[in-house]
Amino acid sequence: MIELEGLTKRYGEKVAVNNLTFTVRPGIVTGFLGPNGAGKSTTMRMMLGLDRPTAGDVRIDGKHYDQLKDPLTYIGALLDAKAMHGGRSAHNHLLCLAQSNGIPTKRVREVLDTVGLTAVAKKKAKGFSLGMGQRLGIAGALLGDPRILMFDEPVNGLDPEGIHWIRNLMKSLAAQGRTVFVSSHLMSEMALTADHLVVIGQGRLLADTSMADFIAQNSRSYVRIRTPQRERLLDVLHAAGVTVVETGAGVLEVDGSKSEYIGELAAQHQIVLHELSPQQASLEEAFMQLTAESVEYHAHSDTPPAQQQAWGDGWKGN
Amino acid sequence: MAAIQVVRSEWTKIRSVASTVWTLSLAVVVTIGLGMLISALSKNEFDSMSRNDRLSFDPTFISFAGMSLGQLAMIVFGVLVVSNEYSTGMIRTSLAAVPQRGSFLAGKIGVATALSLVVGLATSFVAFFLGQAMLGEHKAAIGDPGVLRAVIGGGLYMTLIAMFSMGVAAMLRSPMLSLGILMPFFFLISNILGNVDATKKIGQYLPDQAGSKIMQVVTPIDDDTPYGPWGGLGIMALWVAAALIGGYILLKKRDA
Repeated sequence: MIELEGLTKRYGEKVAVNNLTFTVRPGIVTGFLGPNGAGKSTTMRMMLGLDRPTAGDVRIDGKHYDQLKDPLTYIGALLDAKAMHGGRSAHNHLLCLAQSNGIPTKRVREVLDTVGLTAVAKKKAKGFSLGMGQRLGIAGALLGDPRILMFDEPVNGLDPEGIHWIRNLMKSLAAQGRTVFVSSHLMSEMALTADHLVVIGQGRLLADTSMADFIAQNSRSYVRIRTPQRERLLDVLHAAGVTVVETGAGVLEVDGSKSEYIGELAAQHQIVLHELSPQQASLEEAFMQLTAESVEYHAHSDTPPAQQQAWGDGWKGN
Repeated sequence: MAAIQVVRSEWTKIRSVASTVWTLSLAVVVTIGLGMLISALSKNEFDSMSRNDRLSFDPTFISFAGMSLGQLAMIVFGVLVVSNEYSTGMIRTSLAAVPQRGSFLAGKIGVATALSLVVGLATSFVAFFLGQAMLGEHKAAIGDPGVLRAVIGGGLYMTLIAMFSMGVAAMLRSPMLSLGILMPFFFLISNILGNVDATKKIGQYLPDQAGSKIMQVVTPIDDDTPYGPWGGLGIMALWVAAALIGGYILLKKRDA
């Protein structure tokens, strides 16, 4: 278990992490989500005692990181795939880590095998692809057989096969009862792996919720309709007490009604429909809406995303 | 217990990168090779020297002439051992494994120092004996007064130079910055400051100027250095201590 209490990091005037309080619980995958520059990596570095908090506290199983004896046996972390000496072989990289924490040498071979790098164990790390470097970093995290695992953007820059492998690895680690804390800036990635979500933006906590709740609250389902007899259909739906939103280009959207019901209603009144389709808003859009105000580096497009703003309003209440 | 783990880990680190082998080999080869060359040249020149020069002829010191260049390789060794951690990003992995930063730095510098000492002493003894062989009838013997102290001192000097570089690299972190300051300083600036009359008073307290006193057996005639061989080495050790303490304080309080 990892507990953060009012964790704050300031660089001069700039606040990178602002009063974060949350708990990472064991046995589940907790997704740590936020746009680039939200403070995810800084938070993780503070968890590992690499950066010193300006204020607040992080405790791992009730202790500060530097109070842990042989910390790699408590918590394994992948922060940066390139955080290793390129001139050292994969085997020696893991060996020096193992020795520093009194981990038996045979674990080096075991974790190399787990991540599939046995064949290149004697090769220098600088010849490794990004995916191989990532695997070596993960081998380092698994070395001490820790109860807590932490991965910072583990799928960044990986090919589909590598992404698939990491997803399954995280799920199996959590299934073994371990605490898994993984950061990402991709909601779609989290939706596939995480059980619990912590969302931050500009260093502030925006949401701390279970994945199921997040989906229930944010996946707006609606029915999309196109018809040449727009006025008549509007009258019919209005009479039936159904609220309709016009989104332009002849498209109508209806919230909270079944497409079957609207179809039957149109048939009764002999209205021609060109389209009648149930729709599901993506979680990615929900996430973007949630963090919209806290995104540090905006890319400006000419047309504002009007639709997203419309349904994002429902979220702010949470 | 934990200290042994860190030492073991740092030993694996130091022996598993190529830079250790080539910097130390270079230090050995240059120090011995250049020492032999200059010893041979000095032997040929002895007959044409002035009376004063003959009186202050120091065969032991001459056989260590290669150290002026060989020490640069020791500097590179010392700098790379520490700054490699930063330039590669390994430092974050290392400090996550050993969060007690004092133990981490002590383990790293302890291992690198022990290795420097072994290499430095071996180099010093070989440079002495091969240098004396080149000097022919002008040679000194290891049993002569002060000679053994000078030869052991040569090994200590190389070790302290490497340690000083480790401390500087721990403060500056960047290998390029560290080397960019240390190399010209020890190769040029220190020599200039130590040999120009106007700056000699200050120059003689610089780490290499003070420390190299330990390798002298015959004191030059007009020598007015206010410290002896061990005093000089002591001054150098103070510089080393200052650099290491600086490195430790910065490592302790900086974000990794």
